[in-house]
Amino acid sequence: MELIHSILVAPFIEMVAYPDFFLQVVWEGFVAGVLYSLIALGFVLIYKASGVFNFAQGIMVVFAALALVSLHAMGVPAWLAVLLSLGIMGLLAVGIERLVLRKLVNQHDAILLMATIGLTLVLKGVGQLVFGGEPKPMITEQLGLPTGSTDWEVFDGIVIFQHIDIAAAVIAVLMVMALGVFFSKTRIGRALRAVADDHQAALSVGISLHQIWAIVWFASGIVALVTGIMWGARSEVSFALEIIALKALAVLILGGFTSIPGAIVGGLMIGVGEKLFEVYWGALFGSGVEAWFAYVLALIFLLFRPQGLFGERIIERV
Amino acid sequence: MLYREAGQFKTSYAADQALMPITQDRVGLLVILVVTFVVIPVFATDFFIGSIMIPFLVFALAAIGLNILTGYAGQLSLGTGAFMGVGAYSCYKLATIFPDINIIVLILVSGVFSALVGVLFGLPSLRIKGLYLAITTLAAQFFLEWCFIRIAWLYNYNDSGAIEVPQRKLFDIAITGASATPTVRYLIIAGLVAVLTLVAANVLRGRIGRSWMMIRDMDIAAELMGIRPLYAKLSAFAFSSYYCGVAGALMVFMWLGSAEVEAFDINHSFLVLFMVIIGGMGSLVGCFMGAAFIWVLPIIIRAVPQMLGLDILAATTEHIANIIIGVLIIFFLIVEPHGLARLWQIGKEKLRTWPFPYAST
Repeated sequence: MELIHSILVAPFIEMVAYPDFFLQVVWEGFVAGVLYSLIALGFVLIYKASGVFNFAQGIMVVFAALALVSLHAMGVPAWLAVLLSLGIMGLLAVGIERLVLRKLVNQHDAILLMATIGLTLVLKGVGQLVFGGEPKPMITEQLGLPTGSTDWEVFDGIVIFQHIDIAAAVIAVLMVMALGVFFSKTRIGRALRAVADDHQAALSVGISLHQIWAIVWFASGIVALVTGIMWGARSEVSFALEIIALKALAVLILGGFTSIPGAIVGGLMIGVGEKLFEVYWGALFGSGVEAWFAYVLALIFLLFRPQGLFGERIIERV
Repeated sequence: MLYREAGQFKTSYAADQALMPITQDRVGLLVILVVTFVVIPVFATDFFIGSIMIPFLVFALAAIGLNILTGYAGQLSLGTGAFMGVGAYSCYKLATIFPDINIIVLILVSGVFSALVGVLFGLPSLRIKGLYLAITTLAAQFFLEWCFIRIAWLYNYNDSGAIEVPQRKLFDIAITGASATPTVRYLIIAGLVAVLTLVAANVLRGRIGRSWMMIRDMDIAAELMGIRPLYAKLSAFAFSSYYCGVAGALMVFMWLGSAEVEAFDINHSFLVLFMVIIGGMGSLVGCFMGAAFIWVLPIIIRAVPQMLGLDILAATTEHIANIIIGVLIIFFLIVEPHGLARLWQIGKEKLRTWPFPYAST
């Protein structure tokens, strides 16, 4: 009885009693969710276009952010450092396509996944070797990102909004819109969609798969850089981010592997759900439930809807 | 020339169904067994046994476990480390609760708990497959890891949060704990691995194993032909987790001596997955080859700068080792996606037709 009360009743009483705190928790979760969404977005881009489940997305985020910070530390002005980091991600995309993907066309899913895990090891090793393994602060101010916070007085309390979090949300929205326009209006975007639909049909109308793959890896490299900047600004740039990035996998399940809206909605659901669960129910389990909540939520969800929230319906034939 | 089955006639069904129908294979296996159980314990140094052979065998067993699930039953799993952890922690608890029962029995029993947990986390496989399933096994990985930290009962409420292996004896010889010599521990592991490999080989070619392979090749077709996916998939999870659990228990009790949660983290799961992929999915020999390759390679890479007399920081070699392993994994996947086992098979095929490779067989 005590237990049922503490699971089903007490948390909600607490939520209603302190609405300002509740709002704060939701906002924190929302921002974390935005970042999960951004990582998941990188996954979805690559999965859609090449069917590769890119395990290296997390390390790409770290790599891009580290490149940016290290370039700036070497005395390169911030705007140039951003451009150069983009250049590095572009080179990386072309290199990966040339040396790895092109040779692994038509292989089994698991083998492509393994190749990206191998890639993770390489990027991790190179990153640590070149940029060093210790955590670094993000160059927030030099990039012109806002700092500080705004207090919003509501329900006899205050909710604190960090400006950087607001900026992250706005930039994420802008980026998703930009991607949307890119996919639906530009020539390359339409070619990307054609490849995502059917490789062979796309080839037969003269779309170069190699080129498309390089572009799509570059696109997710850009997403990775933006994610890295945002995440780095909230905490710091370190290789620990890689494990957090794995949570984006749970987001993917929730949203479906091939759906951009799915990645966004899934990310927000997981971000908010995780924070609420940690704050209001976490005490029941002992702390640290954040480590697995996302995956278990995704798992339970999958039992009812195997293709995810917005995934394409899976039809199988013998 | 030497490796040829010409002239070896089978005169009974039993001979035709034998695990190794070719005499040369049987001789080869005998040689391997002699080397494993006689030559290495007698001649090898403690370092070789303790830091190369013992980990190699433990990982080979874990790789067999994962290969049963991924290579034979086609269910990709990223939770191997956690299942090994379940084996290790349940063995630790069993050893505390039943101090009088022989530790080897407990190690074998602890796999059962791992199998139960495996079945539980295998339930989603009835609805989902492929990469989606791989991610749900991450749920097992992180949830179990969290359990190992938060449930203090699992490590007997000690302050360090680590599990320490108690001293146990068999026929008055210390087999676990600090005073057990590497050779004794090695012989026990080698014995268990040999027996479990034999069991696996026979299960895999039997009815259950064939049903796993049917599920792997095409689950809907298998279902239409009378395989029940429920039993096939869950039994694959149970078997696989059992092997992983025993490997985990062996890892802590016979190799490390004590362990914390970090020993069973996600990188550990990846390590075993690398072994399976590099060795070859769906091959038992491959598990051993992959385990040897992935375990020994970093040791060699770390030893090279020392041998050359170069003064490089340990961290730097670690990073370089990471890069080399990553590159090699990608290289292997490109050159031979079916792993070392396929290379071995091709080699044997070449030997059979040598020196007339064009002669039809």
